[in-house]
Amino acid sequence: MIDERQTEEIRRDFPLLSGDFAYLDNSATTQRPMSVIKAVENFYTSCNANPMRGLYDLSIRATDSYENARSTAARFINAAPDEIVFTRNATESLNLAAYSYAMANVSAGDEIIVGISEHHSNMLPWQMVAKAKGARLLYLECDSEGRYTLESLEALLSDRTKIVALAQVSNVIGRENEIKAFARAAHSRNAVFVCDGAQSVPHMPVDVKALDVDFLAFSGHKMLAPMGIGVFYGKKALLEEMPPFLYGGEMIEYVTREGATWAEVPHKFEAGTVNAADAAGLGAAIEYIEAIGLDNTAEREDHLTRLMMEGMKGIPHVHIIGSSDPSEHHGIVTFTVDGVHPHDIATIMDSDRVCIRAGHHCAQPLHKALGIMSTARASISFYNTEADISRFINSLSTLRRRMGYAE
Amino acid sequence: MQNNTFYNEILTQHNMDPYHKHELDDADFSLEGVNPSCGDDIILNLKVENGVITNGSYTGDGCAISQASADMMLDLCIGKTKEEALRLADIFLGMIKGTATDEEIEELEEAGVLKDISHMPARVKCAVLGWHTLQEIFRDEQAAAAKPGEGIRPANVCHM
Repeated sequence: MIDERQTEEIRRDFPLLSGDFAYLDNSATTQRPMSVIKAVENFYTSCNANPMRGLYDLSIRATDSYENARSTAARFINAAPDEIVFTRNATESLNLAAYSYAMANVSAGDEIIVGISEHHSNMLPWQMVAKAKGARLLYLECDSEGRYTLESLEALLSDRTKIVALAQVSNVIGRENEIKAFARAAHSRNAVFVCDGAQSVPHMPVDVKALDVDFLAFSGHKMLAPMGIGVFYGKKALLEEMPPFLYGGEMIEYVTREGATWAEVPHKFEAGTVNAADAAGLGAAIEYIEAIGLDNTAEREDHLTRLMMEGMKGIPHVHIIGSSDPSEHHGIVTFTVDGVHPHDIATIMDSDRVCIRAGHHCAQPLHKALGIMSTARASISFYNTEADISRFINSLSTLRRRMGYAE
Repeated sequence: MQNNTFYNEILTQHNMDPYHKHELDDADFSLEGVNPSCGDDIILNLKVENGVITNGSYTGDGCAISQASADMMLDLCIGKTKEEALRLADIFLGMIKGTATDEEIEELEEAGVLKDISHMPARVKCAVLGWHTLQEIFRDEQAAAAKPGEGIRPANVCHM
């Protein structure tokens, strides 16, 4: 496992982590190591030309850099390179699935199943499709700890089900859903399975072949890469049948006055000049994570989550959302404090130089289902230290007194 | 750190032990103010006689800043004319934007403790919720007129 000494070494790679604060908002976005920042810089200083279209050496270098990043992303989730479409982020990836696949394959009377704990980015696109097509949107309900059962999915599935959309790890609850079994159940009714991997891909080995998901979305910026680069994975056979999402340059094969034929996948889905520099950054981020090892980072995150949850259990009036078992949280610890609004929690913690998130975390229907207006969330990365956890616990233990309560 | 100054005794006192957080059966105006992004939600009730705010209250849920700010606003505005209350609202919003003078801020009495919130953009909408709801009541008095038994028209007042 990564120990505290090794963590100190790792943190030297991250310029921003030299500051005097505990950064515990990693599920919102992580910090970036120098190798990622350098990879972006290197693209602009030594490869910069418009990729894919140039007939000269520099443009070929730009293309190679971009395609290398695609191969790296493909390897990371055990996909083929031509199954990887670069997008801005997981939100755009999920919109691509909705606008391209779903709008072409969902008809009036069909059904779409979405988890109630989904981030709005894996909920609103399906609401849009259901409204546009006259389809029914069915919500898969979780229990008070955020657990979904295969039985409840099977009860909702029917021959009208066209799409099942579920995150591998909820951004509020942190629990891992049994994607492989859920995808199999969806396939047994000829529905496609859309997996939001935004909170899982950064923290655990994800193998799209083993899970047998049809689509997977994730963001680079939640896994050390720059903001503005994300991935949409789709099974090649599906991608080939799907219409384009955006139309324009670089996604065509041949254009006439009357129409056009489309470029091969994945280029059909990458209209316009691509974000090659940030793709290079994503490639560097994946290589950074691979060098440490996802098993090691996961073990470290689990250790820190355990430490955090144990500390929280000793503080009265603090309630953790989800499982009481730290290993079921994947670094995400969402909580409430009696009598203290989550926004006040975050502001007071900020004065102790602890960065956390507060609000509904883009999961309003989940909060409504849990009967809570809003929550506070601390989220851990492998580069956090035990001192970060102590700073968080110390701040948390004084919150209520600072708001005027006796204890 | 700057923001520690928000959670002083004045603010926590207004949050934990508010003077004006209760129903108001004979209110002339009732309007709901909501910050959709964070869930702050108040209903502001005013009794207005001959152009003077003679009583007021609020109910609802939200963070300490939104609740205490509404409580301090009512402390200040009860007994004032509608015009005076709206002028104070302008000063409060000016304070948050950093355009109010020290003399003007003094007129806000305890509500002046929220001056430093202007450094925390994410919390500004909490501080102004009550004041925007007050402005909204007088902007469209007909719509905000209390109609017993008919419920309350919600207004989104998250703008600045």
